[in-house]
Amino acid sequence: MSGSGPVGDGEPAGGLADEPGKDGAGPGPEEPAPRRRRTIRERLKRARVPAIPEAMERRRLRRSVERLPLERPEGELLLDVEDLRTSFSTPRGMVRAVDGVSFSIDRGQTLGIVGESGSGKTVLSRSIMGLLPAHNVERGGQVRFEGQELTGLPSSEMRHIWGVEIAMVFQDPMTSLNPVMRIGRQITEGLRYHLGQSAGEARENAVALLQSVGIPEPERRMRQYAHELSGGMRQRVTIAIALACGPKLLLADEPTTALDVTVQAQILNLLQEKQRERFMAMILVTHDLGVVAGRTDEIAVMYAGKIVEKASTPVLFTQMRMPYTEALMRSIPRVEDHSHTRLLAITGRPPDLVNPPPGCRFAPRCPYAQERCTVEEPPLLLGDTEDHAFACWYPVGTKEGQAALERNLSAGRPQTLAAVASTQVAS
Amino acid sequence: MGLIARKLAGLIPVLLAVSALTFLLLNLLPGDPAFAILGPSATHDAVIKLHHQLGLDQPLLVRYGHWLAHVLTGNLGRSYLSSQPVLSAIKERLPVTVELVLLSQFVALLFAVPLGILAGRRPNGILDRVSTGGAFGFLAVPNFVLGVVLVYLFAVRYHLFPATGYTPLTKDPFQNLRSVMLPVITLAMAEIAAYLRLLRSDVITTLQEDYIVMAKAKGLPDRRIMLRHALRPSLFSLVTVAGLNFGRLIGGTFIVEIIFQQPGIGLLSIQSIYGRDYVVVQGTVLLIAVAYVLANFVVDVAYGLIDPRVRHATAG
Amino acid sequence: MRRPADRPGPAPVLDEDLLPGSSETVYLEAVAAVEEETREAEPEAVRGKVGLGTWVCLGWLVLVIVLAAIAGFLPLPDPKRTGLGPVSQGFTGAHPFGLDDLGRDMLSRVIFGARVSLIVGFSSIALGLLVGGALGVVAGYYRGRIEGLIMWAMDVLLAFPALVFALAIVTFMGQSLRNVTIAIAVIAVPPIARLVRSTTLNYAQREFVLAARSLGAKNRRIIAREILPNVVVPAFSFGLIGVALAIVGEGALAFLGLSVRLPTPTWGGMIDEGRTVLQQAPHVSLVPCGVMFVTILALNYLGDTLRAHFDVREGAL
Repeated sequence: MSGSGPVGDGEPAGGLADEPGKDGAGPGPEEPAPRRRRTIRERLKRARVPAIPEAMERRRLRRSVERLPLERPEGELLLDVEDLRTSFSTPRGMVRAVDGVSFSIDRGQTLGIVGESGSGKTVLSRSIMGLLPAHNVERGGQVRFEGQELTGLPSSEMRHIWGVEIAMVFQDPMTSLNPVMRIGRQITEGLRYHLGQSAGEARENAVALLQSVGIPEPERRMRQYAHELSGGMRQRVTIAIALACGPKLLLADEPTTALDVTVQAQILNLLQEKQRERFMAMILVTHDLGVVAGRTDEIAVMYAGKIVEKASTPVLFTQMRMPYTEALMRSIPRVEDHSHTRLLAITGRPPDLVNPPPGCRFAPRCPYAQERCTVEEPPLLLGDTEDHAFACWYPVGTKEGQAALERNLSAGRPQTLAAVASTQVAS
Repeated sequence: MGLIARKLAGLIPVLLAVSALTFLLLNLLPGDPAFAILGPSATHDAVIKLHHQLGLDQPLLVRYGHWLAHVLTGNLGRSYLSSQPVLSAIKERLPVTVELVLLSQFVALLFAVPLGILAGRRPNGILDRVSTGGAFGFLAVPNFVLGVVLVYLFAVRYHLFPATGYTPLTKDPFQNLRSVMLPVITLAMAEIAAYLRLLRSDVITTLQEDYIVMAKAKGLPDRRIMLRHALRPSLFSLVTVAGLNFGRLIGGTFIVEIIFQQPGIGLLSIQSIYGRDYVVVQGTVLLIAVAYVLANFVVDVAYGLIDPRVRHATAG
Repeated sequence: MRRPADRPGPAPVLDEDLLPGSSETVYLEAVAAVEEETREAEPEAVRGKVGLGTWVCLGWLVLVIVLAAIAGFLPLPDPKRTGLGPVSQGFTGAHPFGLDDLGRDMLSRVIFGARVSLIVGFSSIALGLLVGGALGVVAGYYRGRIEGLIMWAMDVLLAFPALVFALAIVTFMGQSLRNVTIAIAVIAVPPIARLVRSTTLNYAQREFVLAARSLGAKNRRIIAREILPNVVVPAFSFGLIGVALAIVGEGALAFLGLSVRLPTPTWGGMIDEGRTVLQQAPHVSLVPCGVMFVTILALNYLGDTLRAHFDVREGAL
């Protein structure tokens, strides 16, 4: 259906790809650097170290995740999210959809945010972007982009960030493309508004963009409407729109969930290719660990509004510590599965975010859960390696974890039995 | 094109049924036109003779056939009372009604579109509260009530506009505008209210669409998002309703024409009904019904022009 | 908050991935809450809440209905009796609404006039619901050729200018309460039939109807047991607004002198009569204008409340 074979290596695409490159390698790092250094120092002062008495935890207590960016070359830091909180006031009460999330991304880096539906990842991506409804929303924490504080910016100023600095690809290209506007116009309007291009220039660039995202006959597509394209084509168009003004960061919110299985990989490859070509940072939000497997530098696993485990991709896949990550891992859809298969391996449902349970939020569904998990919330702490953080009292693959699992198994905890049973079925 | 032709062909049975019903209905009206022509003291023989002359003594179906054949050749008969050809009477009156309809629709859209957009953009804002509340009130005012109130306020109390009468456009454009002002406001008021409510709710719905969030994520200014992205998809139902109203209002200006004595189709019909001049009534009813059916057809076709999805669905 | 599943209309598309309490659901809920708030801008009626406005409107309607019903027993002058005094005397204790140009008591005329408006309004819509409802259910349930025929006939009827149609019926059959009612009922049939048909269509394809059908229930039984109870609610809430429209229609006929025969007072007739003395005694027209406005407003308000309460969509028309 969508001609993806000769996905642009070379051709006119190169011309456009230059733009972000200029930003990334050019004067960018020098100028804002002093400012950034200051903010980091400030943060250092405020970095709070949770006090946990047990000796076992003290081993991991060396450094909280908030301080992670310190280890990186400073000029590279692009986006820095700190203690981000977003709550909705609903008739039932305040819903803490994102509850104290911190992470950072360097230029050209990719971060995968993975979580079950309901983990708050979509709200997270919209919070970073500042695209939440105006009413009934309470937000807290900081989002810094190139050292500039974005939270609290009025939309008249956010406008110069949106599209130009941070762009977004939405879940369903059918609903995110304007049904009554020609494709071409939807691409050129950003070019004309932000970059001040003439109608002719914008047109040429739009055609080149369409070509670079692997759309055949771009000239003809320019005059078409969204409903005349296939699903994969549409998502290619929204990617072209997102790339138009050369953003430094691309937020892809479940970019393949609404697509046909056969097209999903094509779109993901396209995103990855564009990300590398333009040295653009990317946040890939998905419910499917399989999607981010080979495509991200780092992965953050979210559960009930919090990050529960964060590691570089290979580390996460080989040494997961959080039982939730393990459960997710087991639920990676296999080739023979339907594309929307539920994460069957995890019994129960995500917690009610109006009244989250005390202690670990995953505890009610966790095969490893102990008494302590239901009372005391585990903090997100660095583990054995520098780039691996997780929030668990009885981590997978540790002595404590193994002991907890066995205790639960002999006590006949249903969640544990189910998890073990499903492992046996799978293997 | 084939589709339009097919739709056009579908109109024929509707128009036939409409004409038959028109003919039937008004031929069953009591009151013998012969008496209307000859006076109440006419002799029996004279009445019979006149019936024969007018063809009234023939069976209904035959008369319908004759009438229809005449209608198709543009002959709508002659008024019993003034013996003026019905077609020329209609031609004389139609411009008045069309002017009222066009102007009132223009005024209604002129107010309703910006108000609807502003109200829908900030739901719950002051403007929204005031305009939706006002619209709700105006929807409860029958046009004869509004007409009388306007006459009282603007003609009787403060002599701003003439209460009755019509000055043709060709004679004095300014006086023409003055003379149609009150009837146009009367007609427009209810339309403003209806259009405002319609557009407001559509704007609110559209603004929640993903593609609006996407447009925002593109960093476009709010006004541009409103006008370029949100307005057109919000206009579909308004265009439909306004289009249908053009047809409906041709036959919906009776009351206003009577209150303000505007010599349009409505006044002609009512005068003919009072005078039992049913040939004229037939002509006007037919005109109104045909106007409605055609407006429906035009809206149907025009819909494809404004909504590309429909355009392609029908073309395929 | 109403669950989408309770709404009539096409079965809501539920995202497989959305779980209750999940943040995506929450996000949608939050959006719904915003919508809820936006609705507050509209008069309460539109939100379907029973508030002060509802009670005021209901109170007014009950007052009008009760007064009209017991008008004969009230210590009021005969509405047809002329020469009670000069029109110019204005509002007095004896005649709180004043006198008209023939010296008749306006209060008495307004109350007796309400009889005509209410009888025509309610009975014509009842008749319209009966006929239009039956046609709509038949068309929506049986589909096929009969649906085509019925809806085609409704289209033809709709093409006629409503007022001329009513005028023709009334002049043809004579100016009486019954004939005015019939005339307005005929006008009301096509829109009611359309509404009921589209609601029926929605329900006829729902699971419970399919279930009943697959269990071998007879059509008549399905219509009576499964379809009708669901169609009645939207039809009635629409009916209340229909009553308001019918009262306007009767008023228009009366205004043209073609409703009930003359000495009987009607609101539309009073407005028309008062026009000749608008200069000297505006109240003769404006009092019935006001009463009519408030009554229609109240009916619209209650109709909207009902409609919002049962979530009858305008799109269903």
